[in-house]
Amino acid sequence: MQDLIQHLINGLGLGAIYALIALGYTMVYGVLQMINFAHSDVYMVGAFAAYYAARWFNLESMPGVVSFAILLLAAITGCALLGLLIERFAYRPLRNAPKLNILITAIGVSLLLEYSGQVIFGADPKVFPEVLNNTPLFEMAGVSFKLFDFLVIGVGLVAMAVLHFLIYHTKQGRAMRAVSVNPRVASILGVNVDRTIVFTFVLGSALAGVGSVLVGVKYPKIEPLMGMMIGLKAFVAAVLGGIGNIMGAVLGGLIMGLSEEMVVAYLSSTYRDAVAFGILILILIVRPSGLLGRNQTEKL
Amino acid sequence: MKSSLTAVLALAFVVGCTKNENEIVVGEYGSLTGGMATFGVSTHKGIQLAFDEINDKGGIKSKKIKLITLDDQGKDTEVASVVTKLITQHKAVAILGEVASGLSKVAAPIAQQNKVPMITPSSTNPEVTKLGEYIFRVCFIDPFQGFVMAKFASENLKAKKAAIFRDVKNDYSVGLADVFAAEFKKMGGEIVIDTAYQQNDIDFKAQLTQIKSKTPDVIFVPGYYTEVGLIAKQAKELALTAPLLGGDGWDSPKLNEIGKDAINGNYFSNHYTTESTDPATIEFVTKFKAKYNEVPDGLAALGYDAARILAAAMERTTELTPSNIRDEIAKTKEFIGATGKITINEERNAVKSAVVVQVENENRKYVTTVSP
Repeated sequence: MQDLIQHLINGLGLGAIYALIALGYTMVYGVLQMINFAHSDVYMVGAFAAYYAARWFNLESMPGVVSFAILLLAAITGCALLGLLIERFAYRPLRNAPKLNILITAIGVSLLLEYSGQVIFGADPKVFPEVLNNTPLFEMAGVSFKLFDFLVIGVGLVAMAVLHFLIYHTKQGRAMRAVSVNPRVASILGVNVDRTIVFTFVLGSALAGVGSVLVGVKYPKIEPLMGMMIGLKAFVAAVLGGIGNIMGAVLGGLIMGLSEEMVVAYLSSTYRDAVAFGILILILIVRPSGLLGRNQTEKL
Repeated sequence: MKSSLTAVLALAFVVGCTKNENEIVVGEYGSLTGGMATFGVSTHKGIQLAFDEINDKGGIKSKKIKLITLDDQGKDTEVASVVTKLITQHKAVAILGEVASGLSKVAAPIAQQNKVPMITPSSTNPEVTKLGEYIFRVCFIDPFQGFVMAKFASENLKAKKAAIFRDVKNDYSVGLADVFAAEFKKMGGEIVIDTAYQQNDIDFKAQLTQIKSKTPDVIFVPGYYTEVGLIAKQAKELALTAPLLGGDGWDSPKLNEIGKDAINGNYFSNHYTTESTDPATIEFVTKFKAKYNEVPDGLAALGYDAARILAAAMERTTELTPSNIRDEIAKTKEFIGATGKITINEERNAVKSAVVVQVENENRKYVTTVSP
């Protein structure tokens, strides 16, 4: 029993991280119907932005909430700026190009970031600054509940709620939904399509920034290729929940985290990644639009 | 345009092939960047120190040693190309490298095929030197490290139940884990759980929770420092108190940077310790500190020994050809190295003792020596 509770906490903590990154994939897909493969590398850059900010301000010598907030701010700023640049210079020129071109460009941007990262930051892993203590909050059934697990789950849920509100209850959100349905008609009706898309990218990237700091604090090892695996898993999570659906991304992330944890706990750790991608294959066969996704007929 | 390109290529070819008669070219390949970067960088410092010393004393047969170091980024795809480059383009008479056994195994067939001797300073997987009569090592092998830690666990720590947590994708880790399991059982212990992770994983809590439920006395984690640091940290978060044991893959300052205080008190087997009273070790540590202003780790010491054994073999040859050098390396006996007395046996492995050290922040506290 004690083990099961511990496994559940571990799994939810991991799942919340997948969820945060999955939200970024899902938002961009929701509006543009494109998969932004560079998203996981934006996340990596966020971690490094926070890392260098911490060195610059020497934050490790003064751990606390303020330092944590500065790290978050640095990562969010770095990611948002990068998201802006990627949208402006890589994707916007291809706005009217076939989907496949955009997809390939996304993979190109992803590789560019990964390998420039190795040159600029160095390929050796860096140690993320320790600014928060993982204090145990309370104990139940012999399992101690730690701050970080709640922090990531909490942030994940808050991010989901904020996004949901933003998309369904604000003017900006209405514009996003309009662009998602039909960008041309939306522009005729006075929606600034470019600005809406930029907003989507910046917001999605900022979420990656938040995710990167949470991961950095929890697993203090960062390197230029850190986004690859976690990005793929988050992508699976987004597809699982129904890509384009905010709630679906969070649900998908949590399911992914929990199922990975349970596989390691009760089957074998070598099947961990196999299960993650097995889920992807299964969902594509059984329910291609995901758990909460809308069924859409492809227009040919 | 085409002719200028041809000219550039021709020039590059000429430059690449220029051979200075007063130099002996020795090639080194290692992970100077990547997840095992501190391994490659430390080894390189040791090798460089040895060759600088020899060159300062006039070199070998009044020729200077020219060390060419190429970065393989810790990737097996890179290893093949850099080693081929060292042999065919730079015409190295001997090759030094790699730390990781998996990478040495990629390089060894290439060296063997070209009949160029290769000495790996610190690849401990037994298979490496079996790949050909041109492949040597100056360190002990995995069975020995597994044996050392099994003996240490059951005799010094009086452990009855051990857990194994291996890096399933890593030859080195799997080798150590297998031998540890066999030896520990022979000594009357029990392996309560044998579970695995993969290099580059960052979350180990699922496996650690599972290990915790089996209440082992010790946990054998024969991995590399980056993962071990995170494992120690997460084990502490789960209140898993059994000591972690490991091999020389732990030997890096980054172990402490990542693991912080969670790594303290754990043990690993190593090639040498800076606390040694052996005069050869003390001399090496002093020289290393003077040159680099830092304390050398085990890999630096092995790099130093590998380079000096190679140099000594070259000095003994009548004519400096790769095959002569090979024959002389094979004759190495009771060489006084920084990591102890080294004798190369018929399997081209080094016969020597190992030490067990305890992590105490930046220090590695000497605990015991285990002889073969």
